[in-house]
Amino acid sequence: MKRLLPNLLRLAALLVLIAFLVQPALFEPLLKPLVQANAPAVYNQGSLLSLTLSHLATVFAATLAATVVAVGLAILVTRPIGAEFLPLSRSLVNIGQTFPPVAVLALAVPAVGFGEKPTLIALFLYGLLPIFENAMTGLSTLPPAVTEAARGTGMTAWQRLTRVELPLALPVILAGIRLSVVISLATATIGSTVAAKTLGEVIIAGLQSNNLAFVLQGGLVVAVLAVLIYDGFSALERVLSRRAGRV
Amino acid sequence: MIEIDSITKRYGETAVVDSVSMTIAPHTITVIVGTSGSGKTTLMRMINRLVEPTSGTILIDGADNRSIPGYELRRRIGYAIQGHGLFPHRTVAENIATVPTLLGWEKSRIAAKVKELLSLFQLDPAAFGPRYPHELSGGQQQRVGVARALAAEPNILLMDEPFGALDPVIRAKAQDDLLAIQKHFGTTIVLVTHDMEEAFHLADRIAVMDKGRIVQYAAPEEMLVNPATDFVETLIGAGERPFRLLSIGAVADAAEAGEAEGEPIAAASSQRDALSALLWSGREALPVVGADGARLGRVTLAGLARRAARPQ
Repeated sequence: MKRLLPNLLRLAALLVLIAFLVQPALFEPLLKPLVQANAPAVYNQGSLLSLTLSHLATVFAATLAATVVAVGLAILVTRPIGAEFLPLSRSLVNIGQTFPPVAVLALAVPAVGFGEKPTLIALFLYGLLPIFENAMTGLSTLPPAVTEAARGTGMTAWQRLTRVELPLALPVILAGIRLSVVISLATATIGSTVAAKTLGEVIIAGLQSNNLAFVLQGGLVVAVLAVLIYDGFSALERVLSRRAGRV
Repeated sequence: MIEIDSITKRYGETAVVDSVSMTIAPHTITVIVGTSGSGKTTLMRMINRLVEPTSGTILIDGADNRSIPGYELRRRIGYAIQGHGLFPHRTVAENIATVPTLLGWEKSRIAAKVKELLSLFQLDPAAFGPRYPHELSGGQQQRVGVARALAAEPNILLMDEPFGALDPVIRAKAQDDLLAIQKHFGTTIVLVTHDMEEAFHLADRIAVMDKGRIVQYAAPEEMLVNPATDFVETLIGAGERPFRLLSIGAVADAAEAGEAEGEPIAAASSQRDALSALLWSGREALPVVGADGARLGRVTLAGLARRAARPQ
């Protein structure tokens, strides 16, 4: 019963979001007061739905790549054979985090051209750190008795990793992916400055034509997406850690 | 049979296990005791090569334990540890099935084995099989840990302070269960503990370790009567000796002909328990009964006192 109200609110937010993306015209009366006379209240330079989907696709692709690389690195440096790469890997993902995405875009455009690619590179680099650090934590704080038992029962190194260590670290790794996704959802908007198709287009169009309604709808769609995806991941983590007896 | 030949393990300059040789007879329980840091756990972990020795060899049934890869060796040797080490993301049944699964047993054979072991450890397979370890009590978790170690029917079972985390009541029960299991399967058990009570209760032979060396390796009676060093004597506890002597023997061996009044004592329980019952009831003698309830005679205070005295 305690979870009922928040879940109802989430469901309502999702329904309103879908309704807005499919039938934005329905919301025109709400947005009308925000614009000067004659200016359009609802984004009219393209489909909001297709921008949202492309925004999500960009974030998904960048996060997937960041997850593969960051978890791969974390696995490597938590093995005895790769322990000496830990400082190097840490430095690399830290640089990825400290380098501002705008600067990455500026540097990437001359190299790979305008469009999705510079945005993907920026989001990928920006998303590495939280996933790497969480995967490191997850893999290096397993209960000693459990890792000992995994060796003692005769599992090979690969079997220990895939059957015991990764499943047990999964909730912690997911928390890292969750942070990374939420950061990327917001950061992806600046990709529109280099012609990536993201919800940033709506915000930039609003800023250029002094249209508060455009800015608001671009921003709100990103915000609601971020909240829903964040909650979705949190719920998944809860289920997994309850199963792993870690609560 | 496990033949340990001048095995040594060094970490840097310090020898944790220093040139230890011992032979462990098949189908027996050998208990390795010692203070913390005596090297007892390291010695045991070299048998299944969780620790690789610096020098020396260990033969298991005549074959060098380094003749096969470590993980294959460990699938043949049961291993139970303190705090059970159950995989928290797997059910009880999946935990027990760990080694058989690694060995590629057929599903039906694994299911039958899991069921057999759960029943043997007095856990209802239907109720406990699908549960997760954190839903079990400490004693149940420990039993599942031992069941997992026995699942692939190993000839050898290594146990590292398996009962250390249990409360005294459950521990006594777990020890008796272990003795019954050992009789049932004939497994060779090597158990590490720092609890002398436990050692005397379980062991066919006790090895006392101090500073990486074995100072005495003998049957419990022998160790009580002739402790090799002061260290062994301290470990046994001089004041405990008569009671330890009684705790080794079964009441059946102390039974005398004759009748007695009072609450009967089971022939399988220890003479120490019998002494305790005699003192508490204030009687000179109590009847002894077999497992089937038949009277086997009586056990007397005087008889036990003779048995508790230092053997000449």
